[in-house]
Amino acid sequence: MTVETALPLMVALPIIAAGLTAFARRRRWWTTTLLLLVQVGLFAAAIALVVRTSDGDVLAHQVGGWIPGVAIPFVVDAFSALMLTVSGGLILVCTMFALQVETGRNRFYAPLAMVLQAGVNGALLTGDVFNMFVFIEVMLLPTYGLLVLAARRRGTRASVVGSRLYVTYNLFVSTLFLAGVAMLYGTAGTVNLGELAGAAVEDPWVAAAAAVCLFALSMKAAVVPVHGWLARAYPSTSPAITALISGLHTKVAIYAIYRLYAVIFEGDERFLWIGVVLFSATMLIGVLGAVGEDRMRSILAFHMVSQIGYILLGVALFTPFGLTAGIAYLLHHMIVKASLFLSTGAIEERFGTDRLSELKGRIGKEPLLALAFGAAAMSLAGIPPMSGFVAKFSLITATFQAGWIIAAVIALIVSLITLQSMLKIFNGVFSPTIKGHPAPSGGGTAGPATPAPGAGTAGGATTEVLASAPALPRPTRLALASPALLLAAVSLMLGLGGEGLLSLAETAAANLYDTSGYVEAVLR
Amino acid sequence: MILALIVGVLFAGAVYLMLQRDRLRVILGFVLLGHACNLLIFSAGGTARREEPLGSNPDPSITADPLPQAFVLTAIVIAFAITVYLLVLAVTGSRAEDVEEELAPDGSSPAAVGTLPDRYDAFGESAGTTDPHSPGDGPWTDDSTSAVIAAPTGESGRVEQTGGGDR
Repeated sequence: MTVETALPLMVALPIIAAGLTAFARRRRWWTTTLLLLVQVGLFAAAIALVVRTSDGDVLAHQVGGWIPGVAIPFVVDAFSALMLTVSGGLILVCTMFALQVETGRNRFYAPLAMVLQAGVNGALLTGDVFNMFVFIEVMLLPTYGLLVLAARRRGTRASVVGSRLYVTYNLFVSTLFLAGVAMLYGTAGTVNLGELAGAAVEDPWVAAAAAVCLFALSMKAAVVPVHGWLARAYPSTSPAITALISGLHTKVAIYAIYRLYAVIFEGDERFLWIGVVLFSATMLIGVLGAVGEDRMRSILAFHMVSQIGYILLGVALFTPFGLTAGIAYLLHHMIVKASLFLSTGAIEERFGTDRLSELKGRIGKEPLLALAFGAAAMSLAGIPPMSGFVAKFSLITATFQAGWIIAAVIALIVSLITLQSMLKIFNGVFSPTIKGHPAPSGGGTAGPATPAPGAGTAGGATTEVLASAPALPRPTRLALASPALLLAAVSLMLGLGGEGLLSLAETAAANLYDTSGYVEAVLR
Repeated sequence: MILALIVGVLFAGAVYLMLQRDRLRVILGFVLLGHACNLLIFSAGGTARREEPLGSNPDPSITADPLPQAFVLTAIVIAFAITVYLLVLAVTGSRAEDVEEELAPDGSSPAAVGTLPDRYDAFGESAGTTDPHSPGDGPWTDDSTSAVIAAPTGESGRVEQTGGGDR
């Protein structure tokens, strides 16, 4: 059994395991073990694929042994292998978080998370546009279930409303994508990426059909002007699920945009300006949306929109360096964003809210989370030595080189606003960690506004104060903070070893810039 | 040509329905949209210049293209599953969804009796008149009478008592 023939296992394995765990009446030790085993296994396999493809190799397998062009191909090159690794790692880390809170205790968490992973892996591996649609749906359907898993009563009603928005929006966009695939088949006569290579350059009808696909994918990736759904739907579910899907869904859409534009359009320069305009607007409008928000997750969701603009700017430049920077940014962003959602999620799980105004004065010293959040926030804003600096610096350099001075200037301005927004969360949540505990009289809303640290009151009164208003809660324990810390540490490592990140991204970008190797492998 | 017209009409109908405020109409709009898209896939197979694959030795260049049909089958299954899920989402939750912050902390359990009126509210006022249960039908009859539906959500406990008294 060669590496190529094992590729479909990346999809089959989690689906089989999901089928097994779905039978369990409740969460048992073996379902959790199986979940973790599958996720660790897929993560290890993805790393092996990165090693295997790091010299620019492209591996392909024709499912069912049909002749190339008829069969559904599973293809892996450096880009998809890197995406597989980062998404696999993220799912593992988010599961570590989810299992400690209410979300992961639900018996449906394990099967749904595994089907989600199967969909993500399939969408990253497939070399067929219709199949990509199917795998995106496989990825979305378990998410619909995960969104309402929030078992806390408080969250349930909100998550139903958020799900309604999310499901209807995604159904609409998926239908649009499907219509694009239909037009692609009608104009080009195939949906195989190998046979579609360069078709849009030769035939304007194919270009129009592929453009429908690309616009649908951009809507899935929350590009301005259709970004509002993300900022409303993501904060409505439980924190663990927000972290999980933040790193996967929009990013798979971004991967698909990179892949389709590189293969079908072969980076056609005539249409690049549309991307630069849209993605610059995404950067700017996304970050401005965050300014007025009070909820931590809403702020982070708006920043996600803004960062998506950065990532996609890489494909809109379509120079080798631009693609390299864009891919490096994509990988960095997936890690950092999940880390931010996990550290704020740990706060929200403990205090029951993510509104900055409600959290003020209730939080004690949180050294671990402050470290994780601070590091990840620095990385998001692009401050050395974090990975954000490497990614943002190379992206802005590439933008200058490509001659889009305005886009580069916007990227720089947006970085400043990002930093300001991150400071807003940091000050609101972690200022007691830095400055010591303030007098809670300002933060206390109505009831017992007793100055907790200073007042040596009687025993009974103290316990009552502690029970009703947790003015001095203990810091979050290491286990709950470790997922966020781990991802922040990865970001630091990628920042210090920026050369390694960029060289891997360069290999991936080379395969996108010159798709001949990819096409040859798909049609071999 | 006929196919193109049908696709156009279905798309127009879908857009009209999706712009309505009522949830059920929106979902019906999505059903129409799915059909429009499926027919679009069919038309991508070149239905005008192809015939049914009958006879002893059909010529593959003029017989119907099987690939769009496979696409449509897959798309129907996916769209059906999501539509059912959308319908479930439409009847869960309550009309007072915009004030979830007020509803949550009052400690009232949203299980059983409390959510039942909401469930019927999902389809708007018509739910009150077209009551699916006839009186004395089962354990839920008390709650699905119009008296309960007219009552505000927060007082469902009290209303439940009066409903029991009526009986």
